[in-house]
Amino acid sequence: MDLRIAFLYPELMNIYGDRGNILALSRRAQWRGIDVSVDRVSIGDRIDPGYYDFYFFGGGQDKQQIAVSHDLQGQKGDALKEAVERGAVILSVCGGYQLLGHYYRPFDADDLPGIGLLDVHTDASNTRYIGNVLVESDLPGVGLIVAFENHSGCTFLGPNVKPLGKSLIGGGNNGKDGTEGAQYKTAYGCYLHGSLLPKNPPLADYLLTQALTRRHGPVQLAPLDDNAENLAHSQATERARLTK
Amino acid sequence: MRNPALVAAVAAGKASALATRLMGRGGGTALPGLVAHTIYPSVLRALTSQLPEGSIMVTGTNGKTTTARMLGSILEAAGLDPLHNRSGSNLERGLVSTMVDAATPGGGLPGSLRAGLFEVDEAALPGVLPAIRPKVALFNNLFRDQLDRYGEIDTVYRKWRDALPAMRPRSTVVLNADDPAIAALTLAPDLRATVFTFGIDDPRYSLDALPHAADSISCPRCNSRLEYSLILLGHLGHWRCPSCGLARPRLDVVAKQVRLHGTESSDLELETPVGPMQVTLRVPGLYNVYNGLAAVSAALAFGVSPQYIKEGLDRFTAAFGRIERVRIPGSNDNALLMALVKNPVGFNEVLRMLFPLEEREGLAAATPKHLMIVINDLFADGRDVSWLWDVDFEILSATPDLVGRVEVSGIRAGDMAVRLKYAGVDPSLIKLDVDVAGALEAAVRALPAGETLYVLPTYTAMLAFRKMLYDKGWVQSQFWEQ
Repeated sequence: MDLRIAFLYPELMNIYGDRGNILALSRRAQWRGIDVSVDRVSIGDRIDPGYYDFYFFGGGQDKQQIAVSHDLQGQKGDALKEAVERGAVILSVCGGYQLLGHYYRPFDADDLPGIGLLDVHTDASNTRYIGNVLVESDLPGVGLIVAFENHSGCTFLGPNVKPLGKSLIGGGNNGKDGTEGAQYKTAYGCYLHGSLLPKNPPLADYLLTQALTRRHGPVQLAPLDDNAENLAHSQATERARLTK
Repeated sequence: MRNPALVAAVAAGKASALATRLMGRGGGTALPGLVAHTIYPSVLRALTSQLPEGSIMVTGTNGKTTTARMLGSILEAAGLDPLHNRSGSNLERGLVSTMVDAATPGGGLPGSLRAGLFEVDEAALPGVLPAIRPKVALFNNLFRDQLDRYGEIDTVYRKWRDALPAMRPRSTVVLNADDPAIAALTLAPDLRATVFTFGIDDPRYSLDALPHAADSISCPRCNSRLEYSLILLGHLGHWRCPSCGLARPRLDVVAKQVRLHGTESSDLELETPVGPMQVTLRVPGLYNVYNGLAAVSAALAFGVSPQYIKEGLDRFTAAFGRIERVRIPGSNDNALLMALVKNPVGFNEVLRMLFPLEEREGLAAATPKHLMIVINDLFADGRDVSWLWDVDFEILSATPDLVGRVEVSGIRAGDMAVRLKYAGVDPSLIKLDVDVAGALEAAVRALPAGETLYVLPTYTAMLAFRKMLYDKGWVQSQFWEQ
């Protein structure tokens, strides 16, 4: 069995250690004997919508996000949408999440267009949500998610997406409606850094299973020794409760 | 000529410092500054403008404390007893406190104080630079650090650039030419100060590719992706923009030859406007070569002669907690070496210093090194531990037997242990104890005879660790001033 991962804009959209998500997914596949390839896909590269099983799309600095927004209009954006319709998994965090939505609206500039893969839009705000967060996930078997948020964009969900979960500690999508993240079929967006997947192994395995199913049919992942991961999870949970 | 507001501000500042000490709250350096600044907002300019030789200001993400200490040693050798704020008081209030403490009740400065040497926090610089208007402002580097506190590096760059026009015409900005975000500070409009640059030409310690932690890879002027003909450290190297032509500027101080000596020291051969210089730095690692180069350049720009620069660097010892060696009493000839880690680039460079390329490639024999990593997530550490995923811990598993044992501790020990596991470090070598005292005891007990324990703490972990060593009687002082 093999897993094909695309790391979207790795040199532009990687400022919060989010590449830990790629490491976690790769290792957890390799530890189960699955071959993993990771391709870096950046500005100007074409995407074959049938090729990759898993895409990761992280956050960047403002000026990088402008270049990425531009690059996503046209073939690449369409290919990502088609990929999701064909069962590929996309995990997006922060800036990547915003660009999968309809648009990001700054205070003093034109809207930054997204690709509308997720039915969400984001407005700039004067509040910055920074801190440890806890999310009660709506995904089956995933449970409590621990992470760190750092965003001032407020994202609002439309009717064609569901939230990723309920925000227990932290600002969530917009500081108002108590939701965190969004999901449409196998596409996910959220404000969860940390890195997210390494210390939330049930979520990592949930996404890994979905990504493998696309080409290999239903798979049953062998259990791993997650003692270290579970300890990191419980320490982060404690920090979130203490520092909220 | 007395300035009544200044006299009142100094008096109130001194009184609050005394009150703090009487209440037993030692070490508090911010309150007197806050009080004095509230009474007289221009207190910093009023006091620093009295320094006859002017001042040197040092900023940058990494190496501020070490570089400022090197400069302090150089200025002392030159007979210019500098007024120097110590690390931990590098925000505006801390600087004011330092000045108020040194001032006479009449608002003057003692005649023995000739020059100022100010280490300034990156975020505090835009407020402090126009107040102090230094004779020399040194910008050493700009890396990603504590995004929850400082924000993105583009933001810091813009704030620095916009503060620079406050420099006077006969002053100098000293810039690290190898850092595009620093070199591009010359794009500041109305920059009246002279520009003086330094960099490394020796390709011996170059990297094959930009590390994951590299930040400033797009052109500060036109945003295109920069090209590198040589990568030395993080995003530092020989760079140019293929689109607008902005490039690493011509150097005033050039490191022609660099030789690193493990965890001990380095030798540099420099070319300077006043001729060639050979310098020995008693601190290890390429990152300290940049700090030494920065100190030499700032000292030359300040007008110090090469003879005093060499003498000062000869006398220099590492700053508290930055690189510190301690013999472990009653042990089997064991020592402890502590090196602060606070952001991805800094951590990468400490790892490069401990595990040189020759050892990683199996070209030089090495015994496995024993590590203790202590990760806290308090405000001064940065509350977000995501940055651990940008550090290239993968080098620890590049060759077997590089690492003997890794004791992991601190508030976020779990995150650190997971990071090492996913970096491919053999899980049986990773030992975890959240309690730092227990972890140290276990790590020391496991040390083979003659081996060193390399302790890598974040900032607050370093302070706590230092206090623990003091309580054990392994070091003589737990505070900054020694």
